[in-house]
Amino acid sequence: MILIKQIAIFLGLWLLGELISYYGHLPLSGSIIGMLLLVIGMELKLIKTEDIKVVANFLLNNMAMFFIPAGVGIMCHYQILKQEWLSISGAIVISALLVLTVVGLIMKKRIR
Amino acid sequence: MKELLNSPLVHVSLTLAVYIFSKKMQLRYKSPLLNPILLTIAVVIAFLLFTEVDYQDYERNTQVISFWLAPSVIALGYALYSYLEEIKADFKKIIASMLAGSLTGIVSVCMMAYFLGASKATLISLAPKSVTTPIAIEVSKQMGGIPSLTVAFVIAVGIFGAIFGQMYLKLLGVKDPKSVGLSLGATAHALGTASISEQGPDFSAFGGLGMALNGVLTAILAPWAIKLLLLVLY
Repeated sequence: MILIKQIAIFLGLWLLGELISYYGHLPLSGSIIGMLLLVIGMELKLIKTEDIKVVANFLLNNMAMFFIPAGVGIMCHYQILKQEWLSISGAIVISALLVLTVVGLIMKKRIR
Repeated sequence: MKELLNSPLVHVSLTLAVYIFSKKMQLRYKSPLLNPILLTIAVVIAFLLFTEVDYQDYERNTQVISFWLAPSVIALGYALYSYLEEIKADFKKIIASMLAGSLTGIVSVCMMAYFLGASKATLISLAPKSVTTPIAIEVSKQMGGIPSLTVAFVIAVGIFGAIFGQMYLKLLGVKDPKSVGLSLGATAHALGTASISEQGPDFSAFGGLGMALNGVLTAILAPWAIKLLLLVLY
């Protein structure tokens, strides 16, 4: 019963997030809004830690796995990837390193 | 037999089994190159090609796995909540770094793709690469990219960040949980966050924050930035 209740809370937040995103014409996904709703709900003490803890930890610990089905979809773009693999991987790698550098160095400087 | 090979039972079991096995391998050999996501994706693709099953069938059969992606993003709110005081104390600094990071991500990937000769559709599909899948799909669709290609790029950045992100940050001397979390969350979304989550709850909290803020900022900034870039480049 604990698990079902906790899962229901997550699905409720997700649904609420989707509704706000749809009717508010927000450029944010329902899951991101749901995440902000969870923070607000906990801050307002509407949701307590023990209401979500078990399922939250399960979800956080296995997050990477939930990406696998989408990742396998890469096989559908074999043609484009074959033709443009150099420009795509070059752009991805350099851009990722630049973002890491910019955020990392700004935060490091400010933290000291 | 053909029906069994194209069933939720076989596809979900295969995905879980390979994932558990790769996770064990990674723990035993401690090599970041043995990334469980990368290994599992490779094995599943090989299996689908070998059994001649379409991706669309696999996607439908494994919805029970991908369904939990959105709830796991929501769960980051729980991690965030525990560090709310620290976030409030550093709010301006965090926003400044995220704004710079989001713009750097969009502009640099488009410029690089352009100069390396990528097609226009590829360039647009690459622009939202650093954010979590649902947001990236929206941006790509809105601007005339190919959404499913964007998903592939989002995963590719995620895997790259998960494998090399923390190593690279160490070279820059960035080691504290706050900075590492924000950088990896902003660069490589949930996959980057997952790669450091085992090092402590503060790592995942700030990873989640970086991912959320970068997602929000990119959703707002990317359409404008892409419009401007297309105007200048083409």
